[in-house]
Amino acid sequence: MTLSKTEKPLTVTEDGGYLPGTHPDLPPPASVHGPVHWIQYNLFGSVTNTALTLLTIYFLYTVIPQLVDWIYLDAAFEGESRKDCRAVANGACWAFIGNRLSLFIYGFYPEAERWRVDLTFVLLILALVPVLYDGTPQRGKALIYSCLYPLIAAFFLVGGFGLERVPTDQFGGLMLNIIIGVTGIAFSLPIGILLALGRQSHLPIVRILCVSFIEFIRGVPLITLFFVAAVMLSYFVPPGTNFDLLVRILIMGTLFASGYMAEVIRGGLQAIPKGQYEAADAMGLKYWQSMRKVILPQALKISIPGIVNTFIGLYKDTTLVIVIGRLDILGIGNSSLADSKWQGLSTEVYVFVAIFFFISCFSMSRYSLWLEKKLHTGH
Amino acid sequence: MKKLSYALAAVAVAALTFSSQAAKAGTLEDVKARGVLNCIVNTGLPGFSYTDKSGRWKGFDADMCRSVAAAVLGDGEKVKYIPATGKTRFTLLNSKEGDVIFRNTTWTFVRDVDVKLNFIHTTYYDGQGFIIRKSKGVKHAKELDGATVCIQTGTTTELNLADYFRANKITYKPVPIESNEEARKNYLADRCDTYTTDASGLAATRATFDNSGDHLILPEIISKEPLGPVVRHGDDQWADIVRWTVYALIAGEEHGVTAANADAMASKKNPATARLLGSEGTLGTMIGLDKDWAKRAIKSQGNYAEIFERNLGTKTNIGLARGLNAHYKNGGLQYSPPFR
Repeated sequence: MTLSKTEKPLTVTEDGGYLPGTHPDLPPPASVHGPVHWIQYNLFGSVTNTALTLLTIYFLYTVIPQLVDWIYLDAAFEGESRKDCRAVANGACWAFIGNRLSLFIYGFYPEAERWRVDLTFVLLILALVPVLYDGTPQRGKALIYSCLYPLIAAFFLVGGFGLERVPTDQFGGLMLNIIIGVTGIAFSLPIGILLALGRQSHLPIVRILCVSFIEFIRGVPLITLFFVAAVMLSYFVPPGTNFDLLVRILIMGTLFASGYMAEVIRGGLQAIPKGQYEAADAMGLKYWQSMRKVILPQALKISIPGIVNTFIGLYKDTTLVIVIGRLDILGIGNSSLADSKWQGLSTEVYVFVAIFFFISCFSMSRYSLWLEKKLHTGH
Repeated sequence: MKKLSYALAAVAVAALTFSSQAAKAGTLEDVKARGVLNCIVNTGLPGFSYTDKSGRWKGFDADMCRSVAAAVLGDGEKVKYIPATGKTRFTLLNSKEGDVIFRNTTWTFVRDVDVKLNFIHTTYYDGQGFIIRKSKGVKHAKELDGATVCIQTGTTTELNLADYFRANKITYKPVPIESNEEARKNYLADRCDTYTTDASGLAATRATFDNSGDHLILPEIISKEPLGPVVRHGDDQWADIVRWTVYALIAGEEHGVTAANADAMASKKNPATARLLGSEGTLGTMIGLDKDWAKRAIKSQGNYAEIFERNLGTKTNIGLARGLNAHYKNGGLQYSPPFR
């Protein structure tokens, strides 16, 4: 038996026993602790539980071997067509994904310039670190870089000033999802906060504007907004003004997420007790000071699950750009599947796209859990 | 508030003036000024439009876009492809995001007249058919009473199906699906007894089945599906350019002009070929282009037969015979008016 290190020095009597009150705590007996107990308690605790457990085990037993077969054991990783795949294996044909990987990632971005996309992505991660992690050394300076990042990214992706210009209609695949998703996420939070505050404002014009904007956005599906951005705007803007389609999409996506964000944050604002507002006023804080120092830190903390929910929703909605003629990762999958050499491998494509989205969305939700725990001061 | 409404009215008037000016500028001038042809294609249809490994658009429709670009701009690669779904293609054209649709679009009365489109020519004569497992024992479409049918929504095939079953007084249960790939999956999983779409699509889909011999394409073709390029109403010059570029490809087959021999044929003395290829006459300038426009179109992607055989023909995985799409001299319907 090992004793924990934090134990007080033992007071031992001459015959090897303990003085009263000095016996160290023993670990709980194995019958209420340890893996066996966990299994007994959680999996076979009652008749229903036992039945469910057995059913699940049987289900996994029938599914997993086939799944492993399909995904790995009986899968083809090399080949130049579906026929090549079928010649060696009956399972998944991952050769297709490998064959089209660069198309899935970069879309129609010119091959010679793809390093710029890679660089932008690395810089994105560097820009995210100070935003997401408050222990970053020199955080203040790093945040300035993060704020400038959108301009840097636009410069590298679009070009100009010495770099070859790449028209945005050549953007595609995964990079398009990330561009729209990250832009929407980054800008919808501040805009959403302003809208939420505006909706609670005592100034009637500000309030009416914010309410009508939010209600309009929430009343219209994103696919409609994209469609309006793509085809209706060209009826109104003068000919020759080439208002880039991707920029229109970014604006629409951001506004859409902002409308939802505003309502999530309003929920947080309303959960703050009135006393907090009054206390801030009593301290003599101006409106913005009281918001920044007292109200918002609390409101945002409560709203984290809802905020991240909106982020994830927006991120997945980026696949809707297909309606305006841009091929994101899913669209590239569709157009590649129509190649008669590879036709019929849609399951592989959907699994691949699902994995990509799962990784992105799962990491967002884990980060938000971590943040919630870190900010949890209520005890 | 009054000032604001005046300002809004001014903006609206300005927008209207600008858009009416835009309507006056011809599509040809727009395309030339832009230096790129905006071509609306399918987001993915085997044989007609798809992307290859390097992201290049290929297929029957995609190649015809290149032919038009070669005729108008002198370079078949100056095409911007706009992939569109069945529901968005006409809006994209009418909002001027695209200059022309090459997207296996069926020519119908309502689309031509009511949606205000100009259909150019039928580049591919298709018709709607059914595919079914041989094990179901069905030999004719009329025996499909009570069958579940996989059908793509928002297409003419949906309406044809309803008409056909009503006319023959038999019933069916529709299984609505969005894309060809989805239909393929549902059909193979036996969630529908039969899948109906254009016969070309059925052949292409069947070619991907592991046991394609177990499936039968029923002999009945229940509709006419003339597929071809589309432009906006109201720009006759542009419609003429697209129409005669397609005719040039068909005439190219008739006169034996191919991508490889176009230059050599131009210098021969056959008057019809010489007029087509611009070594005689001034047909090119009449249409607003230069004299070599048709030669460039053929040199870029080949004549109609070459484009067909490369993308859909019997040597490809799609494996379609020319059928109705053969040249009229071989008993088909592809016929070009004379170049004179």
